[in-house]
Parts: sequence; structure tokens; C-alpha cells
Amino acid sequence: MSADEPLTLNVPEPAVRPGGAPDFSNVKIPKAGAVPRPEVDVDPQSIRDLAFSIIRVLNRSGEAVGPWAGLLSDEELIEGMRHMMTLRTFDARMLIAQRQGKTSFYMQHLGEEAISCAFRKALSPGDMNFPTYRQAGLLIADGYSMVDMMCQVYSNSRDPLKGRQLPVMYCSKEHGFFTISGNLATQYVQAVGWAMASAIRNDTRIAAAWIGDGSTAESDFHAALVFASTYKAPVVLNIVNNQWAISTFQGIARGGAGTFAARGLGFGIPSLRVDGNDYLAVYAVAKWAIERARRNLGPTLVEYVTYRVGAHSTSDDPSAYRPKTESDAWPLGDPIIRLKNHLIMRGVWSEERHKQAEAEILDTVIAAQKEAESYGTLHAGAKPSARDMFDGVYAEMPPHLRRQRQQAGV
Amino acid sequence: MPRMTMIEAIRDAMDVMMGRDEKVVVFGEDVGYFGGVFRCTAGLQQKYGKTRCFDTPISESGIVGTAIGMAAYGLRPCVEIQFADYMYPAYDQIVSEAARLRYRSNGDFTCPLVIRMPTGGGIFGGQTHSQSPEALFTHVSGLKTVVPSNPYDAKGLLIAAIEDPDPVIFLEPKRLYNGPFDGHHDRPVTPWSKHELSEVPSGHFSLPLGKASVVRQGSSITVLAYGTMVYVAQAAASEMEIDAEIIDLRTLLPLDLETIAASVRKTGRCVVVHEATLTSGFGAELAALVQENCFFQLEAPVARVTGWDTPYPHAQEWDYFPGPARVGRALVETMEA
Repeated sequence: MSADEPLTLNVPEPAVRPGGAPDFSNVKIPKAGAVPRPEVDVDPQSIRDLAFSIIRVLNRSGEAVGPWAGLLSDEELIEGMRHMMTLRTFDARMLIAQRQGKTSFYMQHLGEEAISCAFRKALSPGDMNFPTYRQAGLLIADGYSMVDMMCQVYSNSRDPLKGRQLPVMYCSKEHGFFTISGNLATQYVQAVGWAMASAIRNDTRIAAAWIGDGSTAESDFHAALVFASTYKAPVVLNIVNNQWAISTFQGIARGGAGTFAARGLGFGIPSLRVDGNDYLAVYAVAKWAIERARRNLGPTLVEYVTYRVGAHSTSDDPSAYRPKTESDAWPLGDPIIRLKNHLIMRGVWSEERHKQAEAEILDTVIAAQKEAESYGTLHAGAKPSARDMFDGVYAEMPPHLRRQRQQAGV
Repeated sequence: MPRMTMIEAIRDAMDVMMGRDEKVVVFGEDVGYFGGVFRCTAGLQQKYGKTRCFDTPISESGIVGTAIGMAAYGLRPCVEIQFADYMYPAYDQIVSEAARLRYRSNGDFTCPLVIRMPTGGGIFGGQTHSQSPEALFTHVSGLKTVVPSNPYDAKGLLIAAIEDPDPVIFLEPKRLYNGPFDGHHDRPVTPWSKHELSEVPSGHFSLPLGKASVVRQGSSITVLAYGTMVYVAQAAASEMEIDAEIIDLRTLLPLDLETIAASVRKTGRCVVVHEATLTSGFGAELAALVQENCFFQLEAPVARVTGWDTPYPHAQEWDYFPGPARVGRALVETMEA
């Protein structure tokens, strides 16, 4: 007989489940402007606090305050808002298109638009993103064709990827957007390798890795951090913490660590947390991390604190695992409304102009959609040929595939 | 022509390619300063500097994952997994990523990458230093899989692999590193210097991927083998005095079906030999292809001689290893069938 008490297993639970009142009292929100802005060549050991705070620029009244403010002109901010509005409208239209059976699957960004839209503007041509499925703002903000994106979503005859990829798994080397994998975290370590290659070749290009809170649990995430740390790779390691990994709350992946940013500290990587719903803060922190990479100071880990307002994808119903009104209670608000209020406060925007912009953007998106649909949708109209299925497996088709293509009669 | 061991030939291939192309980089565990646990990269860091040949953390998914990123950038990484048995953490990167970049991006990104790994047993390596996982690669669309059996082929095929625009798995039978091995483990080791295929051209030379080599002409039975089993099959055929035609496949994918089918149509009999486990092994694919392509010429069922469907044991290594006695028996049985 042992004198010890029996052991018990700890299985974390979110604060609230469906039916309960949303509660974000555990999310500590510092005041906008409160977090200092260190020099980019700071000793990582001296900024460990930044992994546990939240860098914010826009305050509750819509003012841009503190040391991270003041980087963007009115025109740039208006452009940023148009990008976010475009992404949101694009998502809304594609979501409906999926419900109408025009494609099999879709994933929207609702509430997370600021992160990819603002980050893209801090990069330079030639830099490369290794995105997940929820960073299409990187393409929108870089002026990639919405028609091409929709053709990919529809897997139609003009799909740049010839119908080979699941919807939203875009790819454009020209726009610094690496081909998306549905297997999570694999791209994180590839971004580090891409950045190492740039350093090996003494180029000036940098990479950006993207991952969600849930998939930081994958071993590839840890491999990426150790390689980035060892070789001081010119890479920005982004973690989008949107609180939910399908139905699993972020506490399951985070475990005993206070924050996801804190994961970087053990690797000696400067690690920052930022308000992901604050376009100005995202841009400022991205700029800081990108400058570090560009100046050969090594990797930076950035955790974007945000909230996934919509479902994970068109295949799940969030009301089955979290309170329906939880997104209304999210303390960091909505990125578009916050930027709109800021622009109005600056006197360069108005409710009326906003409505007008909404209408214009909707027209543009609908026009793109009409064009894309004229090239077919998943189950109707023109589509990639069955012959395309056999191409591109190798640079040169080997004999066994040639035989199989003949057998398929295509 | 200079004489080389398999290790020297492999090193020479990387040396030649690093010298010719600045985009070729070599890395892996213990690969840099020390030159690899089997010495395949010895001297490369000294010669080309530590940004072209370097040590990595012990993380196979990290090695292959970063190599994929580098290949997508435009480099030509040639990485080492210390033992094929250690590749499993990298399998997702190999299968879901390296093998599919070209396809899923419609050619926007490609992955010219070589992953070298010592394979097979015969060195008392136990379960974790003896496996032959080739079928786990040949099953994956988008990969090429190469298994050289001698220094000449090793150099020519490795150079071709590094120059190939797609990912290549390069399996090096470790029991052949220092000499040909016919499975008679109780006899003295033969060094490569006594073997004609240790004469390797200097400088750049390559052998096409997807071409088998007929290493022994014969008319009464075809033996399909690769790696170490090429020598075991040769020993078995001479000891049983069977007029066997022995084909060294060299590349498993793409496979040289033409050479295989021509031989079996001529001999009417076929034995497939590999060291890997039997069930769902590459031998099953070979047997099926022979049956599909040579059914009307076959005079006996296609036989397979392989490792048993057990983990690779330590003390029982030579009971597990498909040596010349077992191969010889299969040859006789297939001749008599």
C-alpha cells in the first residue's frame, strides 16, 4: 500500500461553454500605449515582459497613442481599411457561394482581418510568407487578383492551381505567398529554411512564418524555433492566437505557459504580443520584427491576440462548443470598426464615406465574382480537365504515370 | 580511373556538385565539422565553408522542413538523415510537402531536394539502425527513390539526384559502404578495391534515374534485386549453378519496367529479393508488375525472398537477413516449379 495520494490528470477547460455567459476576465488588456518600444537590436533578455503584455496603439476613444503609434499616413490607413473591408466582403460572398453549392468548402477571416492586411504592408517585394489558411489579407493587401482567388475557390477552368487544391489554399510566388498546406505547422519550419537560404546566399529577403494557436503544439513548431534560434534566421515567426482551434480552446495547446509568445523565450527569441484587432499596432510590431530580420538580428516571435468570430470553416458550428454571444464580449473589439473610428477622429473619414466605400467594395467584389463564375464553379460550367490531374506530379512525367493517364483515357 | 569506396564515391559526388553549383548545400546531424557518422561528408565543411555544409539540431522534421524551404528558395539542398530508421519525424515533410509542392502550386514552387539516408542491416544495428523503408517512399506520388549498389553507380546516381528538379530519396545500403557484401557474414570482408565497380570517373558524371542495370546475364530465371541484395543474389546463383539473369534496379521509382519485362519474357521465371519486410513491400509491386506484363511467358509463380515481417532483430540478424541460402532455395524452387 502506498501512502501517496492517487494521481489525477489535469484536463483544462475554457472559462465558459455554450449556455454560459461569455467571460474574458482572464484576458488581461493593458492600456493602449502602455508597452514600451525597444530598439530593434535590444538584448532579448531585457524585453521578456513583452511576451506577457499586449502592444496596443488605438485606445477606446479611437486615438493612436504611445511609442508604437505614428508610422502610417492617413492615405495608408484608409488603404488599410479598404483592404480589410474588401477581405470581409470577399469572405461574405464566398461563404454564401459555398452555401449555394458553388464550392465545397470555405474559411473566413471575420475579426482577424487586421493581421494579414497590416502585416503585408510592412513587407518588401521579394519577401515570402508561409501562410496558413487564414491570411488571405496578405494577397488582398498586395493587390493579387480577386478573380484569381475566386477561381481557386471554385476550382474552375481558370483556377491557377488547376483544381488540385482545396478552396482557399492559394499560392502566388509573385505575391510572396507560399503554397498553403492543409497539414498544419509544416510551413513554419519551411519559412525558417527559406530565410536561412536567403542568408546563405547573402540576399536581403526575409521570410514570415504563420501558424495558429492550436498548431503551435505540433513538433514542427518547435523544430522551427530551434532552427531559427540556432542559425539566427531572418524570419518573423507569427502566431495568430484567435482563441479557438476548431472546437478546442487555446488552453489545450498553451498548457502551463502564460502565453504563446512565451514559447519563444526558451529559445532566446525576442517575443512580443500584440493586439491583433488593432491595425496600427499590428503594422508597428510587424515593421519592428521585419526590420530585425532585415538587419540580420535574427528571428522575432509575434503573438497576435485576436478572436475568431466566425466558424473555423464551413464544416463546423461554433455554437456547439462556445457561447453564441462570445464574440460580442471579446474585449479587443472589431478591427474595421476600430480603424474607422480612428479615421473619423482624425477627421479624414466619416460614417457616410464608410457606407459609400462599403457599397463600392461590394460592387467590385460582385463584379469579380461574376467574372470568376463565368469560368465555372465546382459543379457547374467549365472546369480543369482530368488530364491536368496527371501533370505536374514531376517535372517530366514518368512512364508509369503516362500509362495510367492512357488507362484513364484522358 | 580512381578507385573509391561507396563512402568516397558519395562524398565525391557532393564535392563535385558543391564545386560546380553554389546553390548546393549539405547538412544534417554530425554532417559538418565531424563529416558524418559514416564519413560521407568528411572535408566538405572545410572545403566549402560552414554556410554550405553544417551541423543541425537533432530534428529530422527540422532538417527536411528547412531543406524544403531552401529548395523553394532556389537552393539545391542535399541533406542527410543519419539512419533511414530516423526519418519518421520527417515523413510528413517528405510526403505532404516535398513530394507535392510542384503539384499543388502548379509549378509555382518546386522542390529540388535530395534526402540521403543509410539503409538496411548487416551491421548489428538492431531495430533502429537496420530498416529498409523504401516502400514507404515508392508509395508516395511525387518522390523518386534511388538505391545504389556500388561506388560507380552511387556517384553517378547521386549527381543525377542533385541535378534532378524533383525530390529524390537516396537510400545508401550501409553494409555496402566499405565493400560488396554477398551475405556470407562469416567470411572475411571484401574491400571495394578488389571490385571493378569501384573504379569511378573523376569530376562530373551522372547516370540516368530510372534505368536498371543487368549485372549478370542469364537465360533461365530473372532475379530482381537492389542494394545489398544484388550481391546476395549473385552469390546464390553461382553457388546453385543457376543460369540466372540478375537485374540491379538502381532506381525503384521511376522503375525500369522495360528492362524487367524484357528479361522475364526471355527467362519465364522471376524471383524478387529485398531486405525489407515482405507484406506490402516493394517486392509486391514488382511481382504484380511482372504478372501484369509477362503473364503468358511465366512458367512459375513469381517468388519473393525478403526480410521477415518482424522488427529487425539484433542477436538474430542472420536469421532475419535474406542471405544466399534462402535466395538459393527460392531460385531452385522456382526453377523446379
